[in-house]
Amino acid sequence: MIAIIDYGMGNIYSIRNALENIGSKTKVVTKPHDLKDADAIIIPGVGSFDNTMKGLQPFEEKITNLIEEGILFLGICMGMQALFNKSEEGIGSGFGIIPGKVIRLPDNVLVPQMGWNEIRIRKETMLLEGIENKDFFYFVHSYHCVPENRDVIAATTEHGIDIVSAITRDNISAVQFHPEKSGEKGLRILKNFIGCIKC
Amino acid sequence: MLAKRIIPCLDCDLAVPEGRVVKGVEFKQIRYAGIPWKLSEKYYKDKADEIIFLDITASHDRRDTMTNVIKKVSKNVFIPLTVGGGIHSLKDAKTVFHSGADKVTLNTAAIKNPQLIKEIAENYGSQACVVAIDAKRNYSLSRGKEIYETPKGECWFECSIYGGREFTGMDAVAWAKEAQELGAGDIMLTSMDRDGTYNGFDLELTNAVSENIQIPVIASGGCGNPKHILEVFKETKAQGALAASIFHYNEYSILDVKKYLKKNGIHVRL
Repeated sequence: MIAIIDYGMGNIYSIRNALENIGSKTKVVTKPHDLKDADAIIIPGVGSFDNTMKGLQPFEEKITNLIEEGILFLGICMGMQALFNKSEEGIGSGFGIIPGKVIRLPDNVLVPQMGWNEIRIRKETMLLEGIENKDFFYFVHSYHCVPENRDVIAATTEHGIDIVSAITRDNISAVQFHPEKSGEKGLRILKNFIGCIKC
Repeated sequence: MLAKRIIPCLDCDLAVPEGRVVKGVEFKQIRYAGIPWKLSEKYYKDKADEIIFLDITASHDRRDTMTNVIKKVSKNVFIPLTVGGGIHSLKDAKTVFHSGADKVTLNTAAIKNPQLIKEIAENYGSQACVVAIDAKRNYSLSRGKEIYETPKGECWFECSIYGGREFTGMDAVAWAKEAQELGAGDIMLTSMDRDGTYNGFDLELTNAVSENIQIPVIASGGCGNPKHILEVFKETKAQGALAASIFHYNEYSILDVKKYLKKNGIHVRL
């Protein structure tokens, strides 16, 4: 079962529909206790950094422990940013699981970046199997992640500057775009993610 | 670089259980086009970048029908879905978001109550709030309006509400700027003079608005062939083009249009 964390902010319906469409069993989780029989965890999301961290606060310890134990994890958009230490958008702290910070998009481009943009693959990973350079994904965000260790970067996207659009490290995957709104290519990424459950 | 968006628009008559898609000419004369979920699935396969559903009946008792349409569509269609028509409050917007929509579009309600834009943007983000402007050329010039030269003479662009039945005296360019300030994420700009005519987008109108704001403008009204879409992307700053009739009645597929645009140097998702 894939646990979708509902922390009162994001549109959880889309991600749930997408996962069910590709045949996986999902559970919308509102309490940390309900994570006990999860095979994988997804934090979806739109919203602001502080509100997200506030909503995620009750889950923080449990999720951090499960990730350490090796549970498969996928962060989407705010769910990606939550993995980092700090964000310029707020004063609160992120999980700090991926060292680095979240900063605002440059002033000379459309903010929020909203629409379809291409990715450039930076390393070979299971998550991006079947995905090619210049495939389009749907983005909605005003801030972007800057990891300290560049090795985690799986894909980048040009929006004024090169921003990090996907990261992977061991059991952790995260994407800045919305795979659940990115057509067949987005579904492919979700399939790749759940495919890892059986690995 | 962000791709230019091709957006089919489904005008939905919700008087029947699954709803039906219809299309008018210059906001009148209605013609049947199909069932919302079926058309949506077809457009999704054809690489539409987003789909807009407008409740043209916009009455309260039909709201459940729209909710059901979106619930059904969102199970199989994985691109942004936008819903408009009859959204008057944050509560109306919430209902629509909870059925699986990603954005709402406001027209009459935003003009009557501009703060609604702010409320929706603050609660769901700017990207979730599209302001639709139905504009018509007005050749009787008056003070305080932004005047534009057109081949037919000088005019300004007037906003209308209630699906084109009432004129407001408001300047469309000024209203677009205000909507941006209040937190709108997109402006969906429909030319009432061109809607359903197949004569091409109103380029003067699209330029007038898109040159004056930073948020994306979706040009709408008048698309009759792929060349019109190429034209609006080449000659204005529009980020998206909306069309209905040419897609509904199988005159052109979205995929063919996108291939044509790509061949002509427009950055689109294929």
